Amino acid sequence: MKTTDLISLMAADAPVRMRLGRALALALVAGVVVSAVVLLVSVGLRHNLVSVFETARVLFKVCFTLALAVSAAALVFRVGRPGAPLGRRLLLLAGLVAVLLAAIGTELMVVPPAHWMASLEGANAAFCVFFIPVLSLAPLGALLYALREGAPDSPGLAGAAAGLAASAIGAALYAWHCPDDSPLFVATWYMLGIAIVTTAGFFAGRRLLRW
Amino acid sequence: MSSSAREQEWAEWMRLAIDGDSAAYHRFLSAVTPHLRSLARRRCAAFGAPASEAEDIVQEVLLAVHLKRGTWDPARPIGPWLATIVRNKLIDALRRRGRETSVPVEDIAELPALDDRTDGSDRIDVEHMLDKLKEPQRDIVRSISLEGAGVRETAQRLSMSEGAVRVALHRALKSLAAIYRRSDGEDD
Repeated sequence: MKTTDLISLMAADAPVRMRLGRALALALVAGVVVSAVVLLVSVGLRHNLVSVFETARVLFKVCFTLALAVSAAALVFRVGRPGAPLGRRLLLLAGLVAVLLAAIGTELMVVPPAHWMASLEGANAAFCVFFIPVLSLAPLGALLYALREGAPDSPGLAGAAAGLAASAIGAALYAWHCPDDSPLFVATWYMLGIAIVTTAGFFAGRRLLRW
Repeated sequence: MSSSAREQEWAEWMRLAIDGDSAAYHRFLSAVTPHLRSLARRRCAAFGAPASEAEDIVQEVLLAVHLKRGTWDPARPIGPWLATIVRNKLIDALRRRGRETSVPVEDIAELPALDDRTDGSDRIDVEHMLDKLKEPQRDIVRSISLEGAGVRETAQRLSMSEGAVRVALHRALKSLAAIYRRSDGEDD
């Protein structure tokens, strides 16, 4: 085929039906809504949510997971765009890691060493590691589907970013049910759930996001 | 024309194209192609590959630019976007031809535009390629590319709606991109 013929063909297909940004925004909304419904109809919200909400640990847990979800989602919006720098968004994520470390430090200072293990183990560790990935499924599927419109430099890393965003959404939702509030618990079990989904996202991305 | 003035012109054409202006998109693609050709020839020459192979690569890169144009954010400059897509696709295409390489991100607009043999044709025979498309994609591709008909005329000719022709055309371009990927190195 002559290149000029190919150009005529592409010119006839000029309009863009679905821009990447819009596809991702729709995926994000759909994923959050589905997972929120899953949470509400399965385990529901924490029964004493109102009374505990103002404690520092609960506030930290809710705000931290939300900030992680927002920053990881911001990364996903960039990762499928060729030539768009990621630096500042990665820096934001690094900042959140520093915040988590600071919270752990504070917790270790205010909690006597004899109670460290109890804080870390919490009441529902296994369920947390199981349920955060469950709540990640819808956002992960939707984000990967939308990212197929993208053109990531590294499909694996794009998938990992989608996995991180999806599991942070899962964590941010689960935080409204979870009865374990210590930053030690969040740093261990939440992060384990998030790591599992991020890794799965990496492998899924390598398969699905090649272009 | 300086490369930044050129980039601004390309960006303006691409903005119009995204909103459905075929003429502007035709200008964009026609303007970018000689630069791509220059880049692809240089890479192929470095590997001692024939110029016809460069033309395959030009077409493959053009298809990638086309299918991924929704990833360009019109608020950002088009140069880095284009250069990154081209580099990634070029690495891909060369690697599949067994030529392990790294390609720097080059400012496409800065590259000289070769205007010799601007109407390059490649080694993948058009009939051979059309054979791999399904109906009605094949008729649509033939009508628009080889016979130079527009979408409306093609729709009338095939008694289809314009919308159906557009959808089929888009699918056909996706299929063509897949055919390029599979046919690489076939007669190496």
